[in-house]
Amino acid sequence: MTFGAIIVALLALLLLGYFIGRKRSIVLSKNKGQRLHSLPQYYGYLIAFWSSVPALLILLFWGALESSFITSAIVTELPIQFQQLSDDKLGLFINEIINLSQAGLVIDDVVKSQAAIRYNELIEFSASIKTAIVFMLAFVGMFVGLSFIKPEMKARNLVEKLIRGAMIACASIAVFTTIGIIFSVIFESIIFFKTVNVFDFLFGTHWSPQEAIREDQIGGSGSFGALPLFVGTLLISLIALVIAVPLGLMSAIYLSEYSSPGFRSFAKPVLEMLAGIPTVVYGFFAALTVAPFIRDLGESLNLSLSSESALAAGIVMGVMIIPFVSSLSDDVISAVPQSMRDGSYAMGATKSETIKQVIIPAALPGIVSGVLLAASRAIGETMIVVMAAGLSANLTFNPLEAVTTVTVQMVTLLTGDQEFDSAKTLAAFALGLGLFLTTLVLNIISLYVVRKYREQYE
Amino acid sequence: MNKADMIENTEKIKIKLHKRYAKEKRFKFYGISAIAVSIAFLLSLLINISATGLPAFQQTYINIDVDIDSNLLNLNQQYGEKELFRADYSQVVKQSLKKLFPGVEGRKQKRALRQLVSKSAIYQLRDLVIANPNVINTKQSLWFLARDDVDVFMKGGIDRSLPESDRRLKDFQLVWVDKLVAENRLEKRFNTNFFTEGDSREPEQAGIKGAMIGSLLTMLVTMLLSFPIGVSAAIYLEEFAPKNNRWVDLIEININNLAAVPSIVFGLLGLAVFIGLFGVPRSVPLIGGLVLTLMTLPTIIITSRAALKAVPPSIREAALGLGASRVQTTFHHVVPAAMPGILTGTIIGMAQALGETAPLLMIGMVAFIADVPQGITDPSTVLPVQIYLWSDSPERAFTERTSAAIMVLLGFLIVMNFLAVIMRKKFEKKW
Repeated sequence: MTFGAIIVALLALLLLGYFIGRKRSIVLSKNKGQRLHSLPQYYGYLIAFWSSVPALLILLFWGALESSFITSAIVTELPIQFQQLSDDKLGLFINEIINLSQAGLVIDDVVKSQAAIRYNELIEFSASIKTAIVFMLAFVGMFVGLSFIKPEMKARNLVEKLIRGAMIACASIAVFTTIGIIFSVIFESIIFFKTVNVFDFLFGTHWSPQEAIREDQIGGSGSFGALPLFVGTLLISLIALVIAVPLGLMSAIYLSEYSSPGFRSFAKPVLEMLAGIPTVVYGFFAALTVAPFIRDLGESLNLSLSSESALAAGIVMGVMIIPFVSSLSDDVISAVPQSMRDGSYAMGATKSETIKQVIIPAALPGIVSGVLLAASRAIGETMIVVMAAGLSANLTFNPLEAVTTVTVQMVTLLTGDQEFDSAKTLAAFALGLGLFLTTLVLNIISLYVVRKYREQYE
Repeated sequence: MNKADMIENTEKIKIKLHKRYAKEKRFKFYGISAIAVSIAFLLSLLINISATGLPAFQQTYINIDVDIDSNLLNLNQQYGEKELFRADYSQVVKQSLKKLFPGVEGRKQKRALRQLVSKSAIYQLRDLVIANPNVINTKQSLWFLARDDVDVFMKGGIDRSLPESDRRLKDFQLVWVDKLVAENRLEKRFNTNFFTEGDSREPEQAGIKGAMIGSLLTMLVTMLLSFPIGVSAAIYLEEFAPKNNRWVDLIEININNLAAVPSIVFGLLGLAVFIGLFGVPRSVPLIGGLVLTLMTLPTIIITSRAALKAVPPSIREAALGLGASRVQTTFHHVVPAAMPGILTGTIIGMAQALGETAPLLMIGMVAFIADVPQGITDPSTVLPVQIYLWSDSPERAFTERTSAAIMVLLGFLIVMNFLAVIMRKKFEKKW
């Protein structure tokens, strides 16, 4: 049976289990003349659970592990010279076998076609065993569950415990996601740092991840000095912040202190639209309109400008992160107690003086954390820089030149055709580790500052 | 202090006051101009994209009298469907074009002539003949897709006054096009192909159906996973979680942090864990949906918690007072009351996922796929990735299509956000 058919069958069993369980509890209570502890549907829920959930879990578990088990079984049956192939060549070989078996073709290569036939056999064998186990489990679950039903059984409490357990599991997914991220980047990075020195990676000034095709190729060993990428990321993020912080902050001040409620209710959603536009749209706009515009502007000022200058990507990114600065600043400025404003007015200060000398200092921690959040957005932003910034790793702080960023290189390293274990893909994970840690630190500082600040006025 | 000094001070203050008021006005002006700049940028983006994209909703067709000669088709007396499928339709199209423009000489010009119509003309003709073999050896007046260059010219995308070397259409081609226009053989129609075709290397044949179906399937997976998981997590954290519990604190910190993790990192997770460890196939909506689920969960959890928090405690107390259990109270009273807010949050999360590109590049949804995906395990791409792929192509017609695809994407997002706003306004209870 196919995966989908099994799922449908299990869902049918779930429904069936519910009705049988409910019916059974009613019949039992009538026969014994005893009142049920819980409403009949709770007995139904219990049977539905036992007749589908364990089977479903086994099914998913099996599906997740099936392919790797079958592959290793195939490998052990291959002639010995194939088993001794290097990992990536073996992977390629296995892929060919899988393709062959799926296409159902017979070719001259005896080893391959035999392996393909064997692969198909194993797949079918696994599928039939899987179906048998899953349905056995489902029916056993249903009957065992039914045999437990008694009128005095506390079905509701059991169901509620199950619900709680499921909810805790759902909430814990967040933790497992973080653990998954950390492990996936750290494992690959450790392998990467076995071949490339950590300090060469962090402080090396030459980035060209191309690998040698010939042994004697000059500079082809791939140099992974990521400093130009870090500098490029920093440069573009700085340009973005130079745009976003004044615009976002002034917008927030105007909206919370000066504007009429009507204008505010129009302008706030419009500003937030800026955060809702997909980044790929910004990237397209940056590459198609902003970059040529800036280049022409530069030419008219006799500046030599690269058409992939950091400036274009930075400006567009700056506009994108305006809402992050403005909405958080707006919140904290509104949270400053009115008494502080009144005090300042009473001393004869004008509105702008009050804002500059009382409100901003009071709201500063919140504003700073908004800026940090925006900075973390800018550092991790991918599509704008992929589409509008360059690929050449220049170590420069000149915003008129083309630079490349961490995220751009991650995309280029991982979207090409290469094996999973090559130094290039591993380098992408090492860059990912750096990116994750940087944004993590920024986020934690920002969250900490916001939390501390909120307590101050509450 | 004597009187003169006082007057002097008042004067000083008056002058200073003037300056202070000017400063006040300037400050206010900075504020309004900051907002104006942001809005102006937004408008220029939207207008620019619409202006570039609107022409792509029209497509030029060429009318040609085709002589479907069985000799040209290279058919014998006896032919079945197989022969019809293999017949030489390009020859028919070529000869028909030649007849339309007699006296075209030279290799380059002949090739240019063939390239007036799209490559799809051959397949269109083939389908016509196979569907109705009676048309063989008859003359038919047929409308074919025009080549992208002709199409762009017809929509005013190529400037006639430019020097010939700077133009995609040369002078002799312009003469042909003018003749076709004079004979009413060129027509602009609504571009239905754009919505009914998959991706293609030829801009005039390229459509977004494949990407739209891919997006739909990916969103389906995302919603089926992230809505139940996100809402359960939010309910647990808001209604059941013990206070000052280490595990609960850890969960909360993680959710807040995940909300700000760059999306590309989720792509790495998908690549290493889902593809590398669990063997989920690459490039399919299933893996895309899994990755986007993890990415949207924090949004859904945070907004759902806010909605649950807004339900007043009196509701809970009343239910508990009547003897309902905690679980019953939550699921029968609190969650239904919070549902509009929860759904609003879910829609916003889904809108975010719909526009997301970067993590999908990591898990291989960036391949050229011409077929429309049929299920969640077929290779496919999604709308934003399609935009990214097309934006790389140098042809003007692809630039138009990129903008048009952006308009479609933005259209979906606007509808979703509008729904969210309506839901909030209409169903949210004021307590």
